[in-house]
Amino acid sequence: MDLHELEAIAEREQAQRPHLRILCCAAAGCQASGALEIKRRLELVLSAAGKLAEVEVTPVGCMGLCGHGPLVRIEPEGTVFERVTPADAEEIVSALEQGPCNVLHCDLNHPFFTRQQPIVLRHCGRINPERIEDYIAVGGYRTLYHVIHDLTPAEVIQIIARSGLRGRGGAGYPTGLKWATVAKSPGERKFVICNADEGDPGAFMDRSVLESDPHLVLEGMAIAAYAVGAEQGFIYVRGEYPLAIERLQKAIVQARRLGLLGAQIFESGFNFRVDIRVGAGAFVCGEETALIASIEGRRGQPRPRPPYPAEKGLWGMPTLINNVETFANVTAIIENGPEWFRQIGTEKSKGTKVFALTGKIRNTGLIEVPMGITLREIVYEIGDGTPDGTPVKAVQTGGPSGGCIPAELFDTPVDYESLAAVGSIMGSGGMVVMDEHTNMVDVARFYIEFCKDESCGKCIPCRVGTVQLFNLLTKLRNGQAQPRDLDTIEELCELMRETSLCGLGQSAPNPVLSTLQYFRHEYEQLIGVEVDHGS
Amino acid sequence: MTTPTTDIATDRNVRPVSDNRRKILEATMKRFQYQGDALIEVLHKAQELYGFLSPELLSEVAQRLRLPPSRVYGVATFYHFFSLVPQGEHSCTVCLGTACYVRGAAHLLHDLETLSGVKAGHTSSDGRFSLLTARCLGACGIAPAVVLDGEVIGHADCSDLTARIQKLLGREE
Amino acid sequence: MAAKTLTIDDHLVSARPGETLLEAIREAGIVIPTLCHLDGLSDVGACRLCLVEIEGQRRLQPACMTMVSEGMVVRTSTPRLQAYRRQIVELLFAERNHVCAVCVASGNCELQRLAAMVGMDHVRYDYLSPDCSVDISHPRFGIDHNRCVLCTRCVRACDEIEGVHTWDVAGRGVQARVITDMNQPWGTSTTCTSCGKCQLACPTGAIFPRGVTVGERPHASERIALIIEARKQRW
Repeated sequence: MDLHELEAIAEREQAQRPHLRILCCAAAGCQASGALEIKRRLELVLSAAGKLAEVEVTPVGCMGLCGHGPLVRIEPEGTVFERVTPADAEEIVSALEQGPCNVLHCDLNHPFFTRQQPIVLRHCGRINPERIEDYIAVGGYRTLYHVIHDLTPAEVIQIIARSGLRGRGGAGYPTGLKWATVAKSPGERKFVICNADEGDPGAFMDRSVLESDPHLVLEGMAIAAYAVGAEQGFIYVRGEYPLAIERLQKAIVQARRLGLLGAQIFESGFNFRVDIRVGAGAFVCGEETALIASIEGRRGQPRPRPPYPAEKGLWGMPTLINNVETFANVTAIIENGPEWFRQIGTEKSKGTKVFALTGKIRNTGLIEVPMGITLREIVYEIGDGTPDGTPVKAVQTGGPSGGCIPAELFDTPVDYESLAAVGSIMGSGGMVVMDEHTNMVDVARFYIEFCKDESCGKCIPCRVGTVQLFNLLTKLRNGQAQPRDLDTIEELCELMRETSLCGLGQSAPNPVLSTLQYFRHEYEQLIGVEVDHGS
Repeated sequence: MTTPTTDIATDRNVRPVSDNRRKILEATMKRFQYQGDALIEVLHKAQELYGFLSPELLSEVAQRLRLPPSRVYGVATFYHFFSLVPQGEHSCTVCLGTACYVRGAAHLLHDLETLSGVKAGHTSSDGRFSLLTARCLGACGIAPAVVLDGEVIGHADCSDLTARIQKLLGREE
Repeated sequence: MAAKTLTIDDHLVSARPGETLLEAIREAGIVIPTLCHLDGLSDVGACRLCLVEIEGQRRLQPACMTMVSEGMVVRTSTPRLQAYRRQIVELLFAERNHVCAVCVASGNCELQRLAAMVGMDHVRYDYLSPDCSVDISHPRFGIDHNRCVLCTRCVRACDEIEGVHTWDVAGRGVQARVITDMNQPWGTSTTCTSCGKCQLACPTGAIFPRGVTVGERPHASERIALIIEARKQRW
């Protein structure tokens, strides 16, 4: 494979493609709402009309507005239909030729679409994730070629470092610095791991990216491997994501067949092999040392750092671990240059962030917004407020490691530092909207229950602390708590934050601490009041 | 020594299936060169083939991968995916992720428990139905989400679900 | 390589390169509580009792797994650390059913000593009172899970010194238990060599020799280190 062959594939693909196309969202959410049946019906209608040769029906990845799915888009016109049913097939086909059509369609001028800035999601919902040709036709694997033939590993690292990209898994560690550490750490072999163990409840960014554009992640991993000097990569995917695993498997086979992964990529001396490792249901495996233990076939228990995986990781070798979204940013940065990337976002947080907007919100779905956008803009403009107009009370970011941000702080810009300053974290991108009917003590208890069930049991503060905290919150909710129990809760939170072994335990108290900070009255109201939970 | 012919005949009827599963599992272990590192991948395969991980199966895996039995047992019980007891013929998994929780998944689960008489995480006494929970299926866009025998159902509603479960169990009333 | 000089609790201390902070602290004559650490075994940093403050580092670090470095400034028992240690010991006492009055290890128990050391006179948390079993299927030893603190010293002694890995941990979180082989009665284990090192390593009365009365229990965890030391002597 060389550049000419790559371009020949792209040209052939574009030449063969019919002018009229119907794109059906076939991501997990829309599939569950019957997207595949809609696709079948569209094909039936087209074949009955003898138009199968002129119109192509293609399954694509996530179009974003998951709550209004299943979604169908017609091209070149661009209309996106929502809440489509199989019965709508005939009207959609008629709409292709400007015929009458009463199927609900999305307002593409709505802020949900106009306020977004897709970089990571730029191909999502536009290409067929199961065909590598589709990815090559939109320019795929060109960056990898350029990197291997025109740049040294040090130059690649410099570009990533200059771009200001920070880890999208939540903590925001500078990506360029991490790559440089791995590159400089001595080791017989090195590894690149893509962390796709998206465990935060309420988050599905990584799933959507893997289901919609798997090659973008693979290309990013290959570039990282070239930069740090690794020849073997692993993608650690949650077992709960069968569709993502299936599409990744297909993508890896296709890329290997074309010589874009495997030995001597683009006829150079660079080799890179990628294998999938399927998680088995343990939230703590999102923590990098636990993830490594799991790939090594052991109990997913974290170990103290240092040494960091960048120095001693998988099988004791220098290992680069980045999140799906981080890898998905790589090709765009190299294509457009670090200066372009630096223009987007804020002083310390560059680029965009993908969020899964869920909960009591009208426009549930996947969004990608520039860093620095305010929570207000996300909730009220992009999300369009709550479905029934009930006032929004808070937004939860960062999952079990994050916090609840009250409505009065919605002018907070979304960047790593600002979110930390208000007691939450950026996290991997889950954003759950809560309205006036949501009880914040219940929310805190929900997250602590989660951490209690997911605690690996290795260190005492997290193993026993989560249980004690959960029992205290239960007591509180049932109106059996004493005023001193609130002090005990706060004391336990501090102990866990300061002394737990890994990030899971250290951040587990965040949902309690942030709700205590902003909604303390809800806690105090419950002290000494018997509550009836019968209804 | 009474009816040896019948015994062999029955054996023939039963064996091919189990032998085949064993062969597939063996092939999986061979693909990983019997490396201990592959334990989780092998357990995934074993559970997919047999439905659950019996002590015999775990011992066999330990022996083939040359791992201490306690390590295999320790790993199998660490991860939620692995089940050491048989699951019901049909299963219903209620997602308890945040988005589903905010949209009432806890009530849904409670109602299902009451209606089916099976506690979350358990299987009915006749072994026909398991009620399970999951920590976010990543289908938050269609919350609350439920998986019924592998099929994801979005915007789940209790009466519709109960009807479907009754139908699966062949108890249409 | 040259020796390292560091400051521990305002005293200048020298240490060998590659030494852990815990070794340096002990050499300086300072006592800090430890539980999962046992001389002769690898470290896991799990009990969090030996956490210390290191200047310039945001997080507290476990002394047992932190390497000494030149110019390090360490505080081993600030009021904050003392409070955390006490809380951790309280959490342990609340976790299972530690009733010293009826325990074979009373007076000979590291957990009991820790409680005295950190000044724990009562437990502020609710006792979880889990239902734990006692296994006396082994002819020479028994295990009482009521007294186990999950330090995993038995697991490491069995794996690293005896080399048979009979023990491991099953389950997770507060439900975790140490097990033998396939979580079967200890007496039926096919890998156990009955060497008794797990019992030597156990800090509490969880693993105990059978037929020994209260007070007679030979508590000799230092013998684990002696075995390791003795192995180094070749002739």
